Amino acid sequence: MPQERISNFARMVEADRVRKEVYTDAQIFEREMERIHETVWIYCGHESQVPKAGDYCTVQIGRQPMIMVRGKNGKVNVLYNRCPHRGNMICGDREGNTGEQFRCSYHAWTFQLDGKLKNIPMKSAYEGTRYEKDNPDCSVKKAARVENYRGFVFASLSSSGPSLKEFLGKSIVAFDDMCDRAPAGEVEVVPNCFRVIQHSNWKLFLENQLDALHPSVVHQSTGRAAHEVEKILAKKARGGAAPLSYHMLSAFATVTIDKWDDFQTLNYPYGHCILTGYMGLRPQDPDTLAYDKVMIKAYGKKRFEKIVGVNIHHVLVYPGLSVQSPLQQLRAVRPLGVDRTLTEIWHFRLKGAPEAIYRRSLAYYNLVNSPATLINADDLENFWKCHQGLSSDGGDWVSLARHHGRDIEKNGVVSSGPKMGTSEAPMRNQMKAWAHFMKDAR
Amino acid sequence: MKAQHDVEQFLYRQSELLDTRQWQKWIDLFTPDGIYWMPPDASYKTWDGQPAIFAEDKNLMTVRMLRVLHPDAWSQRPLWGTNHVVSNVCIRKENKNGDVDVTSRFHMMELRRDDVRHFAGSYFHKLKKTKRGYSIQLQRVDMTNAQAAYDYVLQVWV
Repeated sequence: MPQERISNFARMVEADRVRKEVYTDAQIFEREMERIHETVWIYCGHESQVPKAGDYCTVQIGRQPMIMVRGKNGKVNVLYNRCPHRGNMICGDREGNTGEQFRCSYHAWTFQLDGKLKNIPMKSAYEGTRYEKDNPDCSVKKAARVENYRGFVFASLSSSGPSLKEFLGKSIVAFDDMCDRAPAGEVEVVPNCFRVIQHSNWKLFLENQLDALHPSVVHQSTGRAAHEVEKILAKKARGGAAPLSYHMLSAFATVTIDKWDDFQTLNYPYGHCILTGYMGLRPQDPDTLAYDKVMIKAYGKKRFEKIVGVNIHHVLVYPGLSVQSPLQQLRAVRPLGVDRTLTEIWHFRLKGAPEAIYRRSLAYYNLVNSPATLINADDLENFWKCHQGLSSDGGDWVSLARHHGRDIEKNGVVSSGPKMGTSEAPMRNQMKAWAHFMKDAR
Repeated sequence: MKAQHDVEQFLYRQSELLDTRQWQKWIDLFTPDGIYWMPPDASYKTWDGQPAIFAEDKNLMTVRMLRVLHPDAWSQRPLWGTNHVVSNVCIRKENKNGDVDVTSRFHMMELRRDDVRHFAGSYFHKLKKTKRGYSIQLQRVDMTNAQAAYDYVLQVWV
């Protein structure tokens, strides 16, 4: 790619199209990790993953290996997974409990749970050198900023920039919607993470999440298959219905494109976007009615109606989180390289909600989000194909023109036009944010 | 000895049906309430109400079969094939009526496009003895690499 283009990122993004190198160039990947992922607020995990002091899990922020750990004082800390001595990674496991301290496996330096140096073996050997206990360089480096919103822990590796709340803006509804749907007002993680690697740039995943046109094309096979079995089961149930999980799958085929167009995309500063419309938002089966009763008891009728009336299919928290709050699932997107991306998929339990409600969203977690997914398999295939095609010289641009020019902007929020739910407005919004973050990159 | 032989033949036939993509015949190996279960790790005690890589009754197995047979199952279009080897077959429990609990080890090599992947682990089969041989009431699949990140996903049963 011509050098002048790399030095001028803003010119790579136009209102309705993007240069292909934005997805495929390794140098650009390095710059965006630095300017975006290692600067803005990135989701680390949920505090219920580390309930006790010393509980930790490791997480990748941009290119940085980090540790999320519960401190003795109950606070969740986020530290670089790097010993200040010789650079050894401190935690080699994905999760565990480190007890009262971290102990490096190489030369046994020990650290408090907030990263502060506890002890250096053979202390006398360091007398008169720069390596002394009070030198901050002898402690594990902390993430510049850590914030927790309703149990969801985020870190920013930059000491400046907007607060977490300012950054999330309206996309904060992802966490409010999830927690508010719990009679107890909070959620806890179901202790299992499904992890899947795709061979493509991370942006392809995010763009796909709010692409309301793709399900009817990509997921036709599963939608049709589920619909066939759903019909048989409904017949057997004699007037009853097949389990809702079949509907969740068949909707991929039975919801027609004009129905998807009835949905709405809402696009916010910093690249966050929402797709409204949720398949089967207010079913009237006995399980839902039992749940409604518990919710009304917890919140009162008025607040309850407001909570379950929130109309969301997906919330995309740029640049690395896709949340399906009505189903209590979350996918964290971790770029591994310009052409490799890891997704970590979690399910949450609504505290205080009946078991049946947990099981309903669990079915979606297992069928759609497990490594034996009936849905994402075809997305992953497309991501791979997309990345292969984009790496070629067959063209220079990626088109984001669907319903371009018909977006409606009001108070800083861009919505797709009426009956334009399949608009590519969310991709345009993400790219606008990308250009903003990258504008003074070198 | 007879039971050992019959069980081994049954398991060999099961992997043969997978490797030759005879999906319906494979599903027919299960009892009407049979379950195919692959837990996320070995600590799980039940499939019911838990996260699972697979937790399928015959209805869900049928969805999976119809999906891979659909002409637009894009991800199944590339060259694809598997090879199962089953071994270490041990009958753990034999009831008077002939029902058996069996453990075994498997190794599956998969080719997808130009990539080879390996999956290995253990099977636990709860087999019901019927007039026409065994039927699977429960098949638990504990994959050694169940917790490793999936470089691409699994499309059909292991």
